[in-house]
This record gives sequence, structure tokens and C-alpha cells, in this order.
Amino acid sequence: MLGWLAIPSALLGALVLGAVMMLALGANPLTGYRALLVGAFGGSYALGSTAFQAAPLLLVGVGICIAFRANVFNIGGEGQIAMGGLAGAATALAFPELPSVVLIPLVLLAGTAGGAIWGAIPGFFKAQYNVNEILSTIMLNLVAVQVMNYLLAGPMVDHSQASVGGLIPETQLLSRNAWLPILVPGTQLHLGVLIAVLVAIAAYLLLWRTTFGFRLRAVGLSRDASAYAGMPVKRTIVWAVTLSGAACGLAGSILVFGSISHRMVTDGSLTGFTGSAGFNGIVVALFGGLNPLWTIVSAFLFGGLIVGGSALQVATGVPSDLVTALSGIVVVLVVSLEYLRRRARSQSTALAAFGGANPPTLRRGEPPPAAAVGGDGA
Amino acid sequence: MNAQATAPGGALDNPGVPILEMRGITKRFPGVVANDHVDFDVRAGEVHTLFGENGAGKSTLMRVLYGLYHPDEGEIWIGGQRVTIHSPAAAIHHGIGMIHQHFMLVDTLTVAENVALGTRSARGPLTGLDVVSARIRQLSEAYGLRVDPQAFVWQLSVGERQRVEIIKALYRDVAVLVLDEPTAVLTPQEVEDLFTVLRRMARNGRALVFISHKVREVLELSDRITVLRNGRVVGTLPAAKATRARLVEMMVGHQVATEEPPPRGTTGEPTLLVRDLHVRSDRGTEAVRGVSFDVRAGELVGIAGVAGNGQRELAEAIAGLRTPVAGSITVGGIELGGRGPAAARAAGLGYVPEERMRDGVVTEFSVADNLLLVDYRSRAYARFGFLRRGAIRRHCQELVDAFNVKTPSLETPARNLSGGNIQKLIMARELSAHPRVLLVAQPTRGIDVSASLYIHQRLIAQREDGTAILIISEDLDEIMTLSDRILVMYEGTIIGAADPRTTSREEIGMMMAGVHPGTPSAATQPSAVAGASPI
Repeated sequence: MLGWLAIPSALLGALVLGAVMMLALGANPLTGYRALLVGAFGGSYALGSTAFQAAPLLLVGVGICIAFRANVFNIGGEGQIAMGGLAGAATALAFPELPSVVLIPLVLLAGTAGGAIWGAIPGFFKAQYNVNEILSTIMLNLVAVQVMNYLLAGPMVDHSQASVGGLIPETQLLSRNAWLPILVPGTQLHLGVLIAVLVAIAAYLLLWRTTFGFRLRAVGLSRDASAYAGMPVKRTIVWAVTLSGAACGLAGSILVFGSISHRMVTDGSLTGFTGSAGFNGIVVALFGGLNPLWTIVSAFLFGGLIVGGSALQVATGVPSDLVTALSGIVVVLVVSLEYLRRRARSQSTALAAFGGANPPTLRRGEPPPAAAVGGDGA
Repeated sequence: MNAQATAPGGALDNPGVPILEMRGITKRFPGVVANDHVDFDVRAGEVHTLFGENGAGKSTLMRVLYGLYHPDEGEIWIGGQRVTIHSPAAAIHHGIGMIHQHFMLVDTLTVAENVALGTRSARGPLTGLDVVSARIRQLSEAYGLRVDPQAFVWQLSVGERQRVEIIKALYRDVAVLVLDEPTAVLTPQEVEDLFTVLRRMARNGRALVFISHKVREVLELSDRITVLRNGRVVGTLPAAKATRARLVEMMVGHQVATEEPPPRGTTGEPTLLVRDLHVRSDRGTEAVRGVSFDVRAGELVGIAGVAGNGQRELAEAIAGLRTPVAGSITVGGIELGGRGPAAARAAGLGYVPEERMRDGVVTEFSVADNLLLVDYRSRAYARFGFLRRGAIRRHCQELVDAFNVKTPSLETPARNLSGGNIQKLIMARELSAHPRVLLVAQPTRGIDVSASLYIHQRLIAQREDGTAILIISEDLDEIMTLSDRILVMYEGTIIGAADPRTTSREEIGMMMAGVHPGTPSAATQPSAVAGASPI
């Protein structure tokens, strides 16, 4: 039961704590939350902005779902986004004359490939040499930022924009043919949002309706049992991280071609380009119970927090950083509640072993546990 | 050391009076009553057996006694006084000793050091190990427990380690000694030796609690037997009035047909061939050292042996989970050695693993998902890479019905099933693939009696269908009942082969202890014939 309740109660808990923080800062929490809500979801422009923010979060979240389901913790979303953005931008720079119908799919595919390669590397080392993927993915973030800074300041730099101090580390204005079209005029809602939602649905089908997804989840839950069943465990792990990186890379491409400047710019940090989507996507995926469909909902909620945060600041004077704190609190609560749930369950599992012929669930006459959020969504 | 308070000597004066009494012990866990108003007592000078299936509540009751669990209700009386036992230290203080299934010894210390651990030294701040050693020798002498006090524990065999545990208890002069399934790791001869020691301890006025689910041993050793089922006491009876049938009936709650050895079928071509196989253990030592044998179609071969003699590594090598160092394994003429589990399955191998919760099922997966764990890509379950949910449901429901897997639904996670039903689920999956060779490791370990019978029947039926079956089991009774031919493993070699109809338990027991068949003396021989093929 707690499985279903964990997510809403975490959200509620975070809101209560947020209210306490606002009170401590001398602001009225009701005014604050109202401003946040209206800023994020009041009207088509607000909704469009929320969707605009949600798209990269959703793609990264889907990537995290896939990796986590294979029991791989991909912390390298930031680097994979950057590599995807670079690959997409380079493609647009190389073929600016291609028509939109060709160039848009091409730059998106290039971004996907860039992220996929950046994901495949730690995947290979994890599968082949059992290299801890948390370390390798985070280290590859550091490599990615150097690659990005080098390319944007060197080979890919916009020579037309020489300034006093030298060249600004950014690409030239990318080919208009690669820009993601706005779907609802007067808003920021572009094609990338639709693509992200479709990718999430596809990921759900992949994980729960295909033999590949079955294998991936089996490997994630028990490498031993999967190996015993004859599954190619290592290959599955490499694929999972590759797909995870691919989703992040696609997010990178969408960040570039859905951006307002339509250039790829660096301020020297990964965050400057990604807006921390590589990390926030993990939060989004966890909040979505590692299920791609719930991750759609979760991504729009967190996108709304980002957009509503500025409205909150305007209305109450509370810094918009409060929403960052809020999402942090949500993560802590979700993870703790999930931990409590698992502990309760492992206790009853241990007792099932005790109970021998009469496992506790049967004796209690409970209905079989439904697909709990955070559990196996099958 | 608190010999005064609970010395067995006092209790000996009134042999009818219980030295330990547990009254109305109730222990609840969320959703389970592990002990439901259990009354249990033990008198000085007797062996009182707690008998019941896995999960009947035997271990829980003893954990309560040893201070590892706190009872929700009930009282414990020792020597006529009510006591509360908060911790193992308190239990030891009250003169209770326990020998766990997993020994509590420090490998890198000597026997004497292990025995001295946790006791007060006779020599103040000095260890006084010479005093301890002398006492150990004295106890060894008195009880016939052959142990060298100067030996390091890591040098000892499993049987010797158990003797050290018993000496530890004797050294502390326990009044009540609990032995939790002490025979599981022993050869039949070692079991005999253990029983001799235990009887001697009882004669000397100690109270012994023997936990077991093996009827033969219970009838042989006990003075009284208490049967537990589902956390409740079914009854307590003197061993003189107990029979095998009566005990089993009390244990499972209904009558159980006694198992007859199946008639021997006709056998076909050799289907599983193992030749000069060498396999390393996880520690890098050679666990299987030159094993060769055949299993024919329609033949059931049992591998007997004490745990840890290379059986696990042999099974994992055949299943493709462990790469052999040398040698060959073929199934139906296809070489498997080192080609992995998928190749083994493609050649027609079915495998029911020893660690069923770890290797046999994905515990978080549903019953249905576990049933298609191996064949998820077959045309019956998938088309164009997509799972056929309707077809899967139908197939799985058929399998669940055909194999009598008791589950609330196909969506129930496997972890919620009992051991017996998980084993039936694994059997259903492995047999539905129509294997040419079926490898089953510990087919019924930890499984209740009726499920065990069912699994045995299934194996026999599968043999009749012409499958070559290899069973690896530490349960000699099981091997004797099922096998057409028995191979005995000892220290990584097959030390001998036997026909279960013409060979006695004792003869097989000797081989399990490392004595080559046909050797007149009981001395262990170096493995001169180790590589010889017993075919």
C-alpha cells in the first residue's frame, strides 16, 4: 500500500516543509504556492513554458528509467546531454542546406547517437570489467565538459562574432532548417515536447511489452537468475546504458534546436548548457516510480516547478532557489519512503522463508500486490 | 562460567522434573504467528526432539530460548525459577548452549582459543590456554570427541568443527544444549559418532534439545518427541510410541504414502557425457578434479556426497555457469564446456539449481514472468520481439495447473510462494522445454514433505519419458530412493559407484567419508584412483 502512497505523501511532505521555509522567510505560503501554481500552469503560455522545461527532463528521466531497470545507475546524464548537443550541432553545421524534413530527423538522430556512444562506454566497462558505473559515468561528465569547451571554443566556434577578448565559445546561428517548429503559436511548445512524450511511451512499450525489455528487467532484478536462464547478461547491460545515453543525447539535441538562441553556447560548465537536466532527470524518474509513463507526469510537474519558481520569487520575494530545495526534499522523502517499504517487504519475505508451506501473504488472504509505483510496473 | 546455579548435578536428583520449561510461548511476526502458545520442556538426562517441517516454528522457539527473539507471550522457567532471556549472553548465563547450523568459530584461531573465547581465564589477565587445552583433552577423552586443541579451526573438517562446538558447550558446562539440525553436514558414520556423544552427554545429566526433520534420526536418538506444525504443538510423545508413519502424519497433518523405490526403466544411449572434468571453485582451488561419467537416456543417476566436495562446481560447470579448466561435457553429442548457459540450454539441458531463490527465479518477477524466463523468445511467447500476453497467460496457466503450483494468481511475485511451490514452478519451466538432459541440484532441500513427494514423482515420470537425469543431493535417502545408479563424490573426484538395490547406506557412507570401495581398512587413502572412470 505504501508503494502507491509514497509519491503523493512525499510531495505533500515537501510542500509542508516548503511552507515552513516560506514562513521562516516572512512570506505567506498560500500566496507563494498560488503564484507558483499560476506561473506554471495558468494559461497556455505558462503551460507551454512548463512543457518546454519538461521535455529534456522527460527524456533524461526515461533514460534513467531504462538504466535503473537494468540495475545500472546512470549518473552521466549531463555528459551524455552535452555529447548529444554537440553531435546534433555539428551535424547542423555540416549540412545546413538540407531541408527541414531531412535535417530535423538527422540532427535529432545525431544527438541520440552522440549520447548513446557516451553511454555505451561506461556500459561496456560495467559489463565487461564490473567497473562501478556511478564512478565511470560521473567521470565521463568531466571529460564531456572539456570536449564541449574545446569544440565550442575551437573547431565549432562562430568566427563571425570575434569580441575584444577573443571568440565567444559558441556556435554560429544554426541552420533555420534544423529548428524545432513551434507547435502552438505564441508559446514555447515545440516539436521536442511531442517527441519526448512519444519516446516515453515507446520506452514503456519496450520495457514491458518486448522480449528485450523482459530480458532487461530480468537482468536488472537478478543477474544470477538471468545468467542461469541463458540470457546474455553483459550485452543486455551494455544495451541498457547505451539506450539510456541515447535518450539523454536526444535531450541534448532538443536543448540546442529548441533553444531560443538556436546556438550551442557554453559558459564553461555542463550546467550552463544542460540546466542540470542530467541530474534533475534522475529526480524526475524516481518521482515517476521508474516507470516511463509516470515519468511523463513527473517531468511536467518538475518543469512546472522550474517555471513557477520565478513567479513565486516575483510574488513573495522568496528566492526561486526554494523550488530547488523543494525538489531535493521530494527526492529525500521518496527515497526514504521507498526504503521503508522495501524493509517492510524484505521482513515479510524473510518470514515467507520461515513460513515455509504457508507464506504470509497467502495466510493473510491479501490480494496479490498490485504493480506498485517504484516496484515492478508489469 | 556459572556452573553453580544450573549445574546438571542438582537436576539429576529429580529426573522427572523439567530443568527447562517454556510455557505458552507466542511469537508473532507481521502476518505470521511463528509460535502459537507453544509448551515445551526438557528434563535433565533426556534427548527431547523438536520435529517438524521447515517453517513449523522449531527454530523460532529455540531463538526465543536463546534470547535472539523476545516472545510476545509466554514464560520461560529454568530450574524452577522464572527467567527472562534478553540476549544470548543471558541464555549462556542460565546454562543454555546452542549449536547453530552455521558454526560460530573463528577460523584463524586454534581450537583452544575458540573454546576460551568469551570465558573468564583461570589465570587472571593471562590467557591460561594451557589450562584450557588440558580441559579440552579431558573432555575429549570423556566423551570420545577426537579434537586436537592446538589445531587451527581452518584445518578442521566440518565434522571436527562440530565437535569443537560441542566441546565449547561442555567446557561452559551447559545444562541445556540445543542442536539445530546438526546432522545436515555429516556423513552417516559421523552422525553415528555424534549420536554416541549426545547419548553420553544425556547420561551425564545434561538436557539435550535436538532439532530435526529427518524421521530416521529422530527415532534413533530421541527419548521424547514434540511435533510442531504451523507454529503449534501437535503433540508430544515418548519415542517408544513413535513410528515413522505416525510422526510424518503429525508433521504434515494428514497421511502420506510411503515412498517406494521406483521400478527401473530401460535405458537408451548415453546422453550426458562428462570426461576428465576439472573445475575451479570461487577460491581458485580445484574443486572438481578429473571427473568422468555418463548418464543414459531414461536413466536417473544420483550424485551423493557430503556438502562441499565439488558437487556445486560440477553442477555449475555442466549448466555452463562455470568454465571448466579442462575436460569435456557433451549433451546429445554437442560439446558444452565453457560455452555458457545459453549453449547448454540450446543443446537440450534443463537445470534446476541448488540456490533456487538466487538462480532459479527472479524473486520480484511474477509467477508468469518466471515461467517464461528461459523461453521468453520462443514462438509460443513472443512474435517479432513483442510478448504475446494472451498466449503467455494461457501457457502459464496450463503449466501452473499441470504442476500443481499453488499461487493466488499468475501475477503474484515469486517471492511470495513457498519453497515447495517455487521448486514446482522451476520444474514446470524446465520440463516444459522437453530437455534431453535434466540436471537437478538438491531437488527437495528445505521443501515440505508433500511437495517433495510430488517432485520425486515428476522426476520419475520424466525418466520414464526417456530424459537423462542427473540428481545431486546431500540427502542420501533421496538419492537411494530415486537413483538407478549412485556416484559418490569425495574431494572433487568420484570415489565410487554403487547400485542402490545392492549397496547399503553404510557402504555409501564409507565412500562419502573418503574410503574407497573395496578397501578393507577404514583409513582414508590418497586419491590414487581419483581420475579413474567409474562407468
